[in-house]
Amino acid sequence: MIRIHCPFCGERDHSEFAYGGDGSVVYPALDASAEAWHDAVFLRENIRGLQVETWQHVNGCRQWLRVERSTVTHEITSVQACHPGVATVLESEQ
Amino acid sequence: MSATRLSQGGRIDRSCELAFQWDGKGLSGYDGDTLASALLANNEWVVARSFKYHRPRGVMSAGVEEGGALVTLGSGAHRDANVRATTQPLFSGLEAFGQNAWPNVRTDLGEVNSLFGRFFAAGFYYKTFMGVPPLEWGRGTWLWMQYEKVIRRAAGMGRASREPDPDHYEHANAFCDVLVVGGGPAGLAAAQVAAEAGLDVMLVEQDSKLGGDTLNHPAAADADRLAAISALETLGCRVLTHTTAFGLYDGGVAGLLERVTDHQSIPSVHQPRQRFWTVRAKHTVLASGALERGMAFGNNDRPGVMTVNAARAYMQRYGVRVGDKLVLSTNNDSVYAAASEFAKSGAEVCVLDARARVEPAVTEFAEASGVRVEFNTAPYTAHGRSPVSGLTTARADRDGWALGDRMECDALLVSGGWSPVVNLLSHRQVKSVWDASLACFLPADTDEPLSLAGSAAGVWNTEDCVRSGEAAGARAAQALGRSAPTVSAPAPGGWATPIKAVYEVRVPGKSEKCFVDPQHDVSTEDVRLAHREGYVSVEHMKRYTTLGMATDQGKVGNIIGLALMAEALGREIPEVGTTTFRPPYTPVALGALRGRHVGAHFRPLRVTPLHQWNLDHGATMTMAGLWHRPWYFARAGEGISEAYVREATTVRESVGLVDVTSLGKIAIQGPDATELLNRVYTNPFAKLAIGKARYGIMLRDDGLVMDDGTTWRLGEHDYFMTTTTAHAAKVMVFLEELLQTRWTDLKVHLTSVSEQWAGVAVAGPCSREVLEEALADPSVVSNEALPFMGVVETRFKGDIPVRIARISFSGERAFEAYVPSDYAPSMMDLLWPAAEARGGCLYGLEALGALRIEKGHVTGAELDGRVTIDDAGLGKMASKNKHFIGSALAKRPELEREGRAQLVGIFPVDKSKRFNAGSLLTDGTVGDGHGEGWITGVTHSPALGHWIGLGFIKGGASAWHGKRAVATDPVRAEDVDVEIVSPHMYDPNGERMHG
Amino acid sequence: MSSFECTDMTRYSAWSVFKNGLTGQRNWGRAWRDPEPKPQYDIVIVGGGLHGLATAYYLAKNHGQKRIAVLEKGWLGGGNAGRNTTIVRSNYFMPGNRAFYEHSLTLWEELSHELNYNVMFSQRAHISLLHSPAARDAAARRYNTMRLSGSDGELWDLPTLKAAVPHLNYAEDARFPIIGAAVQRRAGTARHDAVAWGYARAADQLGVDIIQNCEVTGVQRDGDNVSRLQTSRGDIAAGKVGFAVAGHTSRLWQMAGLGNLPIESHKLQAFVSEPLKPLLDQVVVFGVGGAHFYISQSDKGGMVFGGDLDWYKSYAQRGNLPIVQDVAEAATSILPCLGRVRLLRHWSGVMDMSMDGSAFICKTPLSNLYLNAGWNYGGFKASPASGWYFADLIANDRPDPVIAHFDLKRFERGVVIDERGAGPDPKLHG
Repeated sequence: MIRIHCPFCGERDHSEFAYGGDGSVVYPALDASAEAWHDAVFLRENIRGLQVETWQHVNGCRQWLRVERSTVTHEITSVQACHPGVATVLESEQ
Repeated sequence: MSATRLSQGGRIDRSCELAFQWDGKGLSGYDGDTLASALLANNEWVVARSFKYHRPRGVMSAGVEEGGALVTLGSGAHRDANVRATTQPLFSGLEAFGQNAWPNVRTDLGEVNSLFGRFFAAGFYYKTFMGVPPLEWGRGTWLWMQYEKVIRRAAGMGRASREPDPDHYEHANAFCDVLVVGGGPAGLAAAQVAAEAGLDVMLVEQDSKLGGDTLNHPAAADADRLAAISALETLGCRVLTHTTAFGLYDGGVAGLLERVTDHQSIPSVHQPRQRFWTVRAKHTVLASGALERGMAFGNNDRPGVMTVNAARAYMQRYGVRVGDKLVLSTNNDSVYAAASEFAKSGAEVCVLDARARVEPAVTEFAEASGVRVEFNTAPYTAHGRSPVSGLTTARADRDGWALGDRMECDALLVSGGWSPVVNLLSHRQVKSVWDASLACFLPADTDEPLSLAGSAAGVWNTEDCVRSGEAAGARAAQALGRSAPTVSAPAPGGWATPIKAVYEVRVPGKSEKCFVDPQHDVSTEDVRLAHREGYVSVEHMKRYTTLGMATDQGKVGNIIGLALMAEALGREIPEVGTTTFRPPYTPVALGALRGRHVGAHFRPLRVTPLHQWNLDHGATMTMAGLWHRPWYFARAGEGISEAYVREATTVRESVGLVDVTSLGKIAIQGPDATELLNRVYTNPFAKLAIGKARYGIMLRDDGLVMDDGTTWRLGEHDYFMTTTTAHAAKVMVFLEELLQTRWTDLKVHLTSVSEQWAGVAVAGPCSREVLEEALADPSVVSNEALPFMGVVETRFKGDIPVRIARISFSGERAFEAYVPSDYAPSMMDLLWPAAEARGGCLYGLEALGALRIEKGHVTGAELDGRVTIDDAGLGKMASKNKHFIGSALAKRPELEREGRAQLVGIFPVDKSKRFNAGSLLTDGTVGDGHGEGWITGVTHSPALGHWIGLGFIKGGASAWHGKRAVATDPVRAEDVDVEIVSPHMYDPNGERMHG
Repeated sequence: MSSFECTDMTRYSAWSVFKNGLTGQRNWGRAWRDPEPKPQYDIVIVGGGLHGLATAYYLAKNHGQKRIAVLEKGWLGGGNAGRNTTIVRSNYFMPGNRAFYEHSLTLWEELSHELNYNVMFSQRAHISLLHSPAARDAAARRYNTMRLSGSDGELWDLPTLKAAVPHLNYAEDARFPIIGAAVQRRAGTARHDAVAWGYARAADQLGVDIIQNCEVTGVQRDGDNVSRLQTSRGDIAAGKVGFAVAGHTSRLWQMAGLGNLPIESHKLQAFVSEPLKPLLDQVVVFGVGGAHFYISQSDKGGMVFGGDLDWYKSYAQRGNLPIVQDVAEAATSILPCLGRVRLLRHWSGVMDMSMDGSAFICKTPLSNLYLNAGWNYGGFKASPASGWYFADLIANDRPDPVIAHFDLKRFERGVVIDERGAGPDPKLHG
């Protein structure tokens, strides 16, 4: 069981969350080219080591989280809200 | 030959005699016995048979590492195969049976296999059984499968029950600061120190009692154990006995199996058989002990050969001395205390020590008790069948062994060294390090919050184990920010004389069957054969010989195999490596792992707030994902076919009501709600007026259709979206992802309101009248007030709030009405009498399907994740004037290629014929085997009076105009000639729903 | 040649087993040699799993290639061959997959004879349980396609299923009552280690150098050409290079300076129970209500089963408890008599999960580099055909029409080979 420290709910089992995907992918604008969309949708760096990824606390607060995690040891080094506004509010409250 | 139940000593209650059955024979033991100790006390030496050669197997250990004494417990639905007799507490009425033998384990005809043992070497089955012998002539798999039938019948160990397991199991969750695995001296000490530092401590012990190996010491020396236990009680430590920490997982999580009633004669009805704990610990101390291993010598698998410490446990804990004339074979100091205890109890004891000399302090005590010690000696081969009656020794001879003398004995006890239980560390993929001076693997350092203590860390003496435990407890406390006295951990080891590594006793020029894995009959020669054939990686050796793949997973045998392979390769053990131990440490019943999520509770059942109302009104339910939804409402004498045809006809002629609550519903609110919808739907949403609904299609990022539904504009910044039942969760998650990760500048709030609103579709020419009768103000649904795609928020009679949209899936004049879920039955109680008075009906999914197929409306059967919006005949809904999710990748060449399969309607040429969904559409030839298309849904159309279908075919209806197509369904039915038509098979211009 | 170098050219047969039984099993030679890597090969296959070994075998056998090496960083078959529930079937229906998996199944049927090594392919039938009319119709489309394209497939009604597989949960109050099954009789199970060893031995006999404990640490390029591979056992020059390292494809790809792939590495667990007397003759698949579960019984008697991915990207060969629970729930729900049966071992492998759930056997941006990857859950059954077509691609430098769409550009073209219809999310393609 990976334990994820949700900034809203506290530390929880990963089974409460849904893995999203590679958090480093920047989705292009809707009017961007098919090539740009192809690369964002289909190509992955597939990092072996520390990667930024997204998880949703789907059985909790439903927030999407940006998690830094090792894909080798599964150790998590940071968790923050994906939404920058929300992340800023959380930081200022700490 | 005889084992003796001593008149005193041990931790059994001689006043509590327990009757039990062994292979139909009535025997008795005492409370505190294990099945193994009770069988030994009754001189039942042969209790099992091995896997391949069916050699007799007796009790070889006193613990979880047992590879010999596997029995079947219970009968009928309670039958439990492959139970280790050594860990099964005895209870009154216990029934045990021998297994893998015929007619029984004492006389097993399967033993004939061992006559052919010379041919059945490791991996022999990879070299034959392919074709006709002797040269494997033939082709294909048929012959192998004939051989395989025989092999399968011979393989396996116990026979599992065929009946459903009648017991129940439970899941439990726990958190703690420190989890201590193992309740021996080290574990008890670690728990105490950690708890004294103010930490929340949990201690688990697989045995029924705390104390670990001290339980096998004379009961007189029990004061320390009892003091340690009572200290933990005082400190409020949570202690679980009968509980195995079977696996360590990520995040400090341990899986535990608590055997709640397995040791009880008549379990309390309210208790689960077993409980599976998920424990989340900030720090874990592994005080999991060490296992004594044997040595490989001739017939070392005979009943009566067991580890020294097992025999000590049987005497000191269970009051059973396994023989009167005992030979102990050792290569280390650990056996002398036991030897002396055996001698004092009156047995004749001889220790064969493989070493040339031993520190006198080690042997003096034993010799004073009458133990004879011979150095430079080891067993060459055991004699006698069951149990052993003697042995021939081997004498150390320069680098090897030479044949020695023959001796008599009635039990041969062996200690080939000790292996720390590092299995749980291995679960974390922490490699162990070979320590040549101690002849064992020791745990390596790790960054994980784990400490090892006691003999699991290679510390052999009890006093040192206590100190090792204290040190581990203190380290845990300090790591968690508590102050604790620093205790220096003792170094591994602790024997006065070094161990002499002896894995196999082999005399040049002689050969005996020496076993490394007694359950799988893997011999030393098998390991050498693997080497000769190049299966030299430890993993290859394991897989080729099956060493370590039996129910004990090689807990003690692996190291001997490894040592033999290292010797064959001329390398050191660490260069050969070791296999990874995987969870579980000891096997875990699947029942415990699944807990209560089984049978009807395998998955949650979703029902709508109208579920009971529907049942009360005659609904037959069907599955739709996790939902139960009304399938049809049969009237007297009707089956499904009659019912759905009547229901669909009624909808077209008067009115029908159908529960649509399972649709996903999302409240989309905020100043940018319009913008969000306009980006995710393919069709324009920027100018949807308040009080209007619109049908919309959503694509995935890759440009293929994800979902469809309607969205209602309730206010300037307030929308109500419906999704399909199947994709409700997926759409919600996707919209949340978009807003929280991609379009973070949009000010939109999403709320899933699927549970908050209950919905009904009122469909048919009389639908408006039915609504009017139920509404407080009937005028709000007049054609003028509520035109097609209009939305109104109003009230039913009785002040029930309702939102209504005039939308149609059936193609008739129709409305969807949603009320807060608690009002759902009240709404139906208003609508249903009004519908019934007009000859209306309730309808279910089957009629819904018939109506939508007639209209060519798509559902999940068509939108299967592989179709484009154009394939589905909805290309007009893809705006050319805006960009939306999926618009870029929808333009990839293959997706826009001419001639793709398009949505079509299908009629049988002979209108009396029917065809099936799932049929392929062909041009009458086999072609490339994929057909020209396929059928997604069929129904008997009440409106058209014959079977119709929806499907996809290359080029669509226009390409097939005037051409013959065949619906082919070889898995079920004859071919049917069909006509390809427009998917809009009924009322193509939609006149009925606009009226 | 030292005796250590001598491979066993004995043909395996009942006769050789008998003869060696009489002579104390002393005359068996090595199943394959243990050669030192040579400085140069015509073709180097990176990855000594089933796909790499099969490729080397067919390169030598079908294409007469010489001077071939297979480089394996650990031990043969130690990757996904080891995380395997050993199921062989061809019930794929998408154009692009159908012909490929069917060819693979026909290769399986003769594989023991072909390799002179008993891979124990047992055509014990693959049974997908059906729980709703909609599921039955979807299965009908798949199995009709199989039938039309010359394979076998059938739908069973409940009585037929009950007679064949008596111990399933047929209770009417089951959460998902069974209504029938879709069956492929020619499908079954095989002994995974034997496949690796059989291909290795047969390839070795055709002169292929199989080099274990040889990890590729760098890929040296000369423009658009791979010039040499740096390995833990020295540099190796190669005329052509094939990558067959599922689970770790992205790492090698990046070593070659080729950027990103439509692949993510995920872990999939496998499970085996204690050995039992025969209880289940077929492969049974149970997939409903979000569950995905498959089970068979090995010849040794263990129930071998598996389920879904652990759902998050991982290169760790170890699993976590939620999937263990999921799988136990499915196992005991569908076979209620398994409640008291004990799990003996669970472990996991690293899968190449691709964006559409289908594989890649293709040329690459480098002229002499070829890629075999993206096998998702399906690599075991694919291995003979995978080796067959990959060898053909490498030898002839052009893809056979059967694998025309197993290329990396298919997403640009918009070709959809998505058996599940799950969309571009690797974790959904179990």
